[in-house]
This record gives sequence, C-alpha cells and structure tokens, in this order.
Amino acid sequence: MMDKFTQHRGVTAPILRGNVDTDAIIPSREMKRVSKQGLGEGMFAGWRYTEVGGREVNPDFILNQAEYAGTSILLSGPNFGCGSSREHAVWALKEYGIRAIIAPSFGAIFANNCIRNGLLPLVLNEESVAHLAAWVEQDPVANQVLVDLPAQTVFAGEGGYAFDIDAGAKRMLVEGLDAIALTQTRWEVIEAFHQQRQQRRPWLYC
Amino acid sequence: MDPSKPTSKEQPRIAMAATLFDKLWQEHLVETQPDGTDLIYIDRVFLHERTGSIALSSLQTDAREVFYPQQVFCCMDHIVDTYPERSDDTTMPSGRDFIVATREGAQAAGLTLFDLDDPRQGIVHVVSPEQGIVQPGATLVCPDSHTCTQGALGALAWGIGSSEAEHALVTKTLRVKKPSSMRVRFEGTLPVGVTAKDMILRLIASHGASGGSGHAVEFAGEAVAALSMEGRMTLCNMAVEFSAFTGIIAPDEKTIAYLEGRPYSPSGEFWDAACEYWAGLHSDDTAEFDSEIVIDCSTLEPQVTWGTSPQHSGDISAAVPAAETDDPVDSASRRKALDYMALQAGDAIAGQAIDCAFIGSCTNARISDLRLAAQVLAGRKVKEGIRAICVPGSMLVKAAAEAEGLDKVFRDAGFEWRASGCSMCFFAGGEHFGFQQRVVSTTNRNFESRQGPQTRTHLASPATVAASAVTGVITDPREMLAG
Repeated sequence: MMDKFTQHRGVTAPILRGNVDTDAIIPSREMKRVSKQGLGEGMFAGWRYTEVGGREVNPDFILNQAEYAGTSILLSGPNFGCGSSREHAVWALKEYGIRAIIAPSFGAIFANNCIRNGLLPLVLNEESVAHLAAWVEQDPVANQVLVDLPAQTVFAGEGGYAFDIDAGAKRMLVEGLDAIALTQTRWEVIEAFHQQRQQRRPWLYC
Repeated sequence: MDPSKPTSKEQPRIAMAATLFDKLWQEHLVETQPDGTDLIYIDRVFLHERTGSIALSSLQTDAREVFYPQQVFCCMDHIVDTYPERSDDTTMPSGRDFIVATREGAQAAGLTLFDLDDPRQGIVHVVSPEQGIVQPGATLVCPDSHTCTQGALGALAWGIGSSEAEHALVTKTLRVKKPSSMRVRFEGTLPVGVTAKDMILRLIASHGASGGSGHAVEFAGEAVAALSMEGRMTLCNMAVEFSAFTGIIAPDEKTIAYLEGRPYSPSGEFWDAACEYWAGLHSDDTAEFDSEIVIDCSTLEPQVTWGTSPQHSGDISAAVPAAETDDPVDSASRRKALDYMALQAGDAIAGQAIDCAFIGSCTNARISDLRLAAQVLAGRKVKEGIRAICVPGSMLVKAAAEAEGLDKVFRDAGFEWRASGCSMCFFAGGEHFGFQQRVVSTTNRNFESRQGPQTRTHLASPATVAASAVTGVITDPREMLAG
C-alpha cells in the first residue's frame, strides 16, 4: 500500500527557478546504495551544503534558514524535476519530509514517480505561484499553505487556488493505491492481449 | 461491416486519419481504465545497473515475478569504469554493489544481460538499436530518461522511473495517460558541419526546455529524412531535454536497411511480414497534430550552450545573451546560470578557453559521431594542457572504430581512448572533471556539477568538441572540416 495523500498543511519554501532538474534534487553521487532509503540527507546537496560531497550547511540556501525549518511543501518555477528519470529524487524529497510540490509544470517522469510514491505534484500557473510565494515570504512560520486534494484547492490565508489533476493520478494518491496490484486485477485481459500480440507480431517473439 | 458493432482487434481499428503516435498507441492499447488512464502493453523492457538494480531488488522484496523475462534486457553502463582493465570494482566507491545486484537480479529472473565482459556491452540506448532489440511499431521502456533515443526507429520508447519499471516487468503493461501530439518539422538542408545535435539544441533554445511538455513529438521534414539513422537517434535522444514524453520518427528505407541482419531483427518470412507492417507506420497526410513547430535548418549554425539548462543555448557565432527577460523566474535562472558558468552577457561564446573535451554518451558516441570527430582531428593535435577523452557508445562501436583506424586518429591527436560506458556524462561519485573546469562535451545535460564538482559544461556536437579540443577554445568546426 502506498502512502495516501488527502490534505496537508505545512511550511512552504519558494525555490523560484525554472528547470530544477533531478540532478539538483539528488545529485548522482548521493545515490550510494541499491536502496530507496538514505537519500534525504542528499536532497539538494549541491545547494544545501557548502562543498560537493560535504555536509557543511550553506546558510544561504532557503531550507537551511530557521523560518523554513520543517518545510513540507515546495514552490518552484516551470519544469520542476526535469532531467534524469531517477526516482531517487522523489525518495529523497519524501524522506526529507516534502509532501507536495507546487509548480507551473513538471518533468513527466518525475511527476509519475511522485504519484507512485504518495507525493503530490501540483500544477498552478506562474502568477499563482508568485502570489503564493509572496504570501509565504511575509511570515513563513505563520503562513502555512493547506493543500486539499479531494477539493482540488490550495488554501493560503484568505485566498484559495483551484487546481486540475488527472483523475487517475488523483485516485492513486487519495486511495494510496498500489498500481501493480491494481493492474493485476485486469490479469485476464492483459493475458489475452499478450497471447494475441504473439500471433499478430510474431517477429517480436522469435 | 456493421458500424454499430465494435470492431474486432483483427480489423483495422483506425478509420480516421491518424498520426504515427496514434497508431502506435492504438496498437498497444489493452484497455482504457475507468479513471481515463490507458493500460498500454509493453513489448520490451531494458534495465541498467543504476536504476534497474533497484527495480529488480524491489521485485524480490515484494515476492513479485517478471511476467515475460524473454523480453527483458539489462546493460551495465552507468557506473562501470571505462578504463581498459576494468572490473566489478569501480572508481565510484559503492559501484560494485549496483553491478553485483543487477547481475544477480538478472540471473535470478532469467533476463538477458550484456555484462561487463560481453563484447556487446555498452550504453543501453546504443546497444538496443545496435542489436535490433528496438524495432518500429514496438513499445520499449527503460528506467532512464534518454530511452526516447530509440524512437528514432519508429518505436514508442520512453523513460520511466523504477516503480514503473517494476510495473512493466510484472504486468507487461504501464498505466499511462495519453499525451498530446506535436510535430516538429525541420525543413531545409543542413549546412556542412552542422549536425542533428545542433538541430535539437536549436529547438530547445527557441521553444524552451519545457516546450514539449505533455506531448509526444514526431520529428519530420526534409532535414530529418536526410539524417542518418544515428543522426536521428541523436535528435530523439534529447526529446526529453525538451520535456517531451518521447520523440519518434517514422520508419523509412533507411530504418529498414539499418535493421536488416541485426541479431534481434526479424529474419526470413518474419522479416517480410515485419517490413510490410512497418511500411504503414507513418502519420497520414491529413492527420492533425495538437501543435506544430517548424525550424528552418538551411541557415543553422553549430550550437553551443552557455548556461546550465539545454535551453541556454545559441549559435556559436553569437554572444552570451542578457540575463534579463520579461519573466522574473527565467531572469533569476539565467543570472544564476551565468554566475555558475563564470560568463557575462555580451561575452563571445566562440573563443572561451576550455580545460577539457569529452566525446561520449548516448547522445553522441556512435560510429558516425566518432568518424566526424576524427575527420576534424586527423593530422591535428589536442592543445597542450587540455584533457580530451573519447568513450565509444558500445564495445561494438569501439571495435568498429578500431577496425577503421579511428582509435589511432584519436590517440595520435592526444585523446584518451576508453572502453564503453556512460562515463563522465555525469558524476556518480567516481571519476570526474576538476573543480570549476570548463568542459566542452557531446553529452546531453549541462546541469550544475553534472560532470564533476561545479564543472562548467558546454554542450555541442562531436565536430565542435573535436575542433575546440584542438584550439583549446570553443571553436566553430566548419573551417577544419572544409580544410
């Protein structure tokens, strides 16, 4: 069973750059073991620490600032999570405690990886992201963002922002579905398609 | 036929004009789910030791089995050393664990493995076409973003994560929402010395690194038809840097000629049947795309990146652009990129002094790439003090290059000549370029620290990289190719 996502309220940190790539989220050198665990410490390592491979904290990076302690929602520019398909980026964010990322668009593989791990990739336009960032920055501790997935709304103080999400992705997150188990309920139709495929395109099976 | 009855699967299911992408999707549509996602049948799965190892070990943990192991292939490419005397021990401290886990997982599941000592070993997206494993009309996925490379053969091939890889291995399907369609038409004739790499960098620079988001992109037009199969692979390789779901090119005579006689290609009567099917794999004349882009290639120059995203790219004769645009987020990104790259608006791109030159990766390390670079390097020397490395895309590419004497050209010029692997396309904690070194590279990503601690990567074609290695500064290769 995957983690469910329904509602979440949390400290929200704006990292307003475009094309934040998965190398930035989890550098390749931080993927040290054949494991989904132990990655949180490497999240944003290139920005979070003063030296590559080191652990000396860079005070300039937003997540290292006191008022953003315990951040669980990120705001970012377009195409967040572009680049490498490494699911480690999502495992790292999740282990750190991030539950939702709000951006105008996402790398496609990254967004799929999020949904399969109970992390919400939430699309709002650039203007809404900018408004949210401005509101959060006034007082990051008090101005926590509430994400309501069933209602498809982001609440920030007095304001709310409706968002769209693909029905399939929403269901996976809200119900915490195991995609493999779900697909296995369609076993008969898959098996039939597989048999028929072998007859139709036999050269792929020789 | 009674139009009120559903058509059987043996009858053509597409009556309306369809795009190539529509045809490939329909061919693999098992069923549409109540939530609107499609269950898509996956013909073949490729894994590599970096992300595939996790998918295989998760299957073991969850006691799940690979449904059809005969259609699953594994490569060792990402973290293997590329030194001649390499072994399971790599310069990356924990590299051995990934290699051993993949080998054991592949053997336990009965998968085909191109192991370190296999003469076919190499980078997955080079090996798969080379072996004829990817074929027109097939679906192929791999937990690697550059799987779109293989769309060059008219296959629906795309990158996935490790969880989706597990899903594909166990169920032979993926749950996917159908992307929109886009056609990018590269029109005109490419000038001499300008390549597929320059075409795709131009597209990304002009329409942004998220320009293809949500779309399956068909590359078409005169300049695409004129490309070799390997050039087409370079073009499709960077579809993911355009944020596309995948890139595809309709198969033609070149595709068929490329595939004939390859180890996993059909043969005998199957060959004829396959060719007949492949002949129908193209967008119908009246098919409509959700969006379309046209790029004129007739005046295209070699392209080089100046920043930290592939969209930070421009003509080699141009100056580094200003950071300020009318978009504050874009401006902030550009300012950070210029600072990181130690460049200023107005600096000429050509003439920037480099420390290193790298020819390798799934983008540009095929035999035609090495031939092009060798054409520049023949009779010339790498500038003193420049570290230049060539890593062939597969051991078969390496062998072919050696058979025609290209290795001698590279070595005589002063290049290191390596065994195959992803190598320094990225920095996995082992071998890397030096702190803040400026690298001109045939790879696909110029992200921060991509090739080592704070390395400054400039993406370019193999010709541009070779020419720059010779002069020690970023150099337009066209004069050297002419002379």
